[in-house]
Amino acid sequence: MKEHVYETVYLREKDFQEGRVLFETWDPNARYAWDAGIAIGRFLQELKAGRLVGTRCANCGRVMVPPRMFCEHCFVPIDEFVPLEDTGTVITFSLCYVTWDMVRIEEPQIPAVIGIDGASPGMGIMHLLGEVDPKAVKIGMRVAAVWKPPEEREGAITDILYFKPL
Amino acid sequence: MGRNRVAIVGAGMTKFVRRAQETAKELAWKAASKALESCELTLDDIDAVVVDTAPDAFDGIHMNAEYLSDGAGGWGKPVIRGYVGGGTGVFAAIQGWYHVASGLFDTVLVVCEEKMSSCQPHPQGAFLTIFDHTTERPLKPNLLWIFALEMNAYMSRYGLSKKDIALVAVKNKRNAADHPAALLGDPDITVEDILNTEVLAWPVQRGDVSPISDGAVALVMCAEHVARRVTDKPVWVEGVGWSLDTAYWTNRDLSYPTYVEEAARMAYKMAGITEPRKQIHIAEPYDPFDYKELHHLEGLLLFDKGKAPEATALGITQRDGDLPVCPSGGLLGVGNPIAAAGLMKVAEIFWQLRGEAGARQVPGQPKRGVAQAWGDLMQVGTVIVLGI
Amino acid sequence: MSLMYRIQHPRDALVWEGEIPLFSRYTMGIAGERFFREIMENGRLMGTRCPECDLIYVPPRLYCEQCFAHLDEWVEVPSTGQVHTYTIVHADLDGNPLEEPRILAFIHIDGTDGGLVHYLGEVDPDQVCIGMCVEAVFKDKAERKGGILDIAYFRPVG
Repeated sequence: MKEHVYETVYLREKDFQEGRVLFETWDPNARYAWDAGIAIGRFLQELKAGRLVGTRCANCGRVMVPPRMFCEHCFVPIDEFVPLEDTGTVITFSLCYVTWDMVRIEEPQIPAVIGIDGASPGMGIMHLLGEVDPKAVKIGMRVAAVWKPPEEREGAITDILYFKPL
Repeated sequence: MGRNRVAIVGAGMTKFVRRAQETAKELAWKAASKALESCELTLDDIDAVVVDTAPDAFDGIHMNAEYLSDGAGGWGKPVIRGYVGGGTGVFAAIQGWYHVASGLFDTVLVVCEEKMSSCQPHPQGAFLTIFDHTTERPLKPNLLWIFALEMNAYMSRYGLSKKDIALVAVKNKRNAADHPAALLGDPDITVEDILNTEVLAWPVQRGDVSPISDGAVALVMCAEHVARRVTDKPVWVEGVGWSLDTAYWTNRDLSYPTYVEEAARMAYKMAGITEPRKQIHIAEPYDPFDYKELHHLEGLLLFDKGKAPEATALGITQRDGDLPVCPSGGLLGVGNPIAAAGLMKVAEIFWQLRGEAGARQVPGQPKRGVAQAWGDLMQVGTVIVLGI
Repeated sequence: MSLMYRIQHPRDALVWEGEIPLFSRYTMGIAGERFFREIMENGRLMGTRCPECDLIYVPPRLYCEQCFAHLDEWVEVPSTGQVHTYTIVHADLDGNPLEEPRILAFIHIDGTDGGLVHYLGEVDPDQVCIGMCVEAVFKDKAERKGGILDIAYFRPVG
């Protein structure tokens, strides 16, 4: 099948640095302002007040977080917000040693999916873990939100600094 | 349902490389012209063209498929683009299938291209926007998180070790050593080599990940009456399927790809497959990360949940095993120019079923194979079953 | 708790701002590399010819989009052409007014089936017309970098 493969010209990074190949660059300057929307707008306002909220589908009874204004299973509108605990269980986690552009970091970040107490089983959000030895993190570990001081909160997911072991 | 029978009659591809000098159009042309040449057809024989690529942000060209359509043979023809993230490559073949199965066109050229090297400072930046802009991106995630979280959930559910999973990377990189288009083939690589690579986002290490790549792949698909005229070795599309799960990925069971199972059941039903483990002889599941091959083999119902690692350890998925898996070398070995990599899997099944895979040919004259891809927000499964 | 909460103040209508932190680096490609090197090093325009379709592509291409043949016949083409169409640009990408309007034209290159999009210079906006004969003004060799801006602009001939 070798006859069905067309050769390509392989470049090395230094071919660009040392001017052996012509190229153009372009910065798309892609900046956005996204509307938080109805359900997440409320979620952010509640975060500012130091609370987590979900929504409950009147049809299937699922309590969902992040909250949404429709149930994607039943495809019906949702009009009930439900207060949730700011505690939960680690569903899964990672120890991350690189930034998105692959620069090494010494102390790992610990992203996790955290199942939130008061929501239906398996309903989690993505956040970070902190105040914990990376080696001690376990799936199933019980954790609680560590909030920014009220005066520093701005209505953002980062109003929770991280979750720490209970 | 009155669908026409559809065959694949030709395939071609470029060599996959980390950075190609060719433009996106030139890559597309190289693959498309090779595919036409392979079945001795010309552009005059082509009624319509499917051009698929993954996010425009990789090539850095908005409406990329339209931009490179002339290189894909689309000049003055009906052209369509589909896009389901990493699932795009197999979905392109599905689109080619329904163009012909519907009776609208007799002969269709299907082209997938990706030039990830254009994306600076790192192609991961193009993936950042798959995270929710309000509830996730303020945490400054990187794409590896999502894979690492899923891999950990899978390992934890079934008590798997890193070694159980690294065996997949070893198998595929060794298989790729026999692929003339491969970027990372290595006949001598060992489990220790994989386990000793840099930890990126535990449990993901560098050796668990497929390489960023540039490349293109193309197929020629046609109706039965054309296929009979063009070749005495048509490979038939027996079934297609695709399915999406919810984009609320933190609400899902990350240890099992239900959407792949749904896509597989759709394709198997169409193909009349009732016992996939007996009726499928060769598989090319999507393997951008080594654990994903295992995950997808289970979703494809080829092994019980949590049992694909054991089958891998027993050698069942080796090229000479009972169910050869990724005999091409997969994304881990051949490379991962996203959309092109998925279509490469369909091309591999085509070549294997025709007995034209050269040094990679699996023994036993396989009669039926399945290719699968995966993507979007870890939520889409795309499946195609081919047979002779 | 009702879902349809009332927004009390415009600042409560939450917007989340962000960006896609990317830039692109495009190779010129196989045909483009030669095209731009000829401009940079020799101050001339080249095209590729498809003998089958009798077409000369400018910018040159590696393949003929009509018959799909590999093109390897390179021909020097004139650096003159005709204004096929043009526009007078008064604003920058962000919509801010330009101090001097710029004239952007598609120039059909003489003797070929292609052309270039470029600026027009040494001409008043109100004197530009479709069909006007123009020629490329190359930058001094020392300033050329291997890109479309190695041509400073096109200007009226004569």
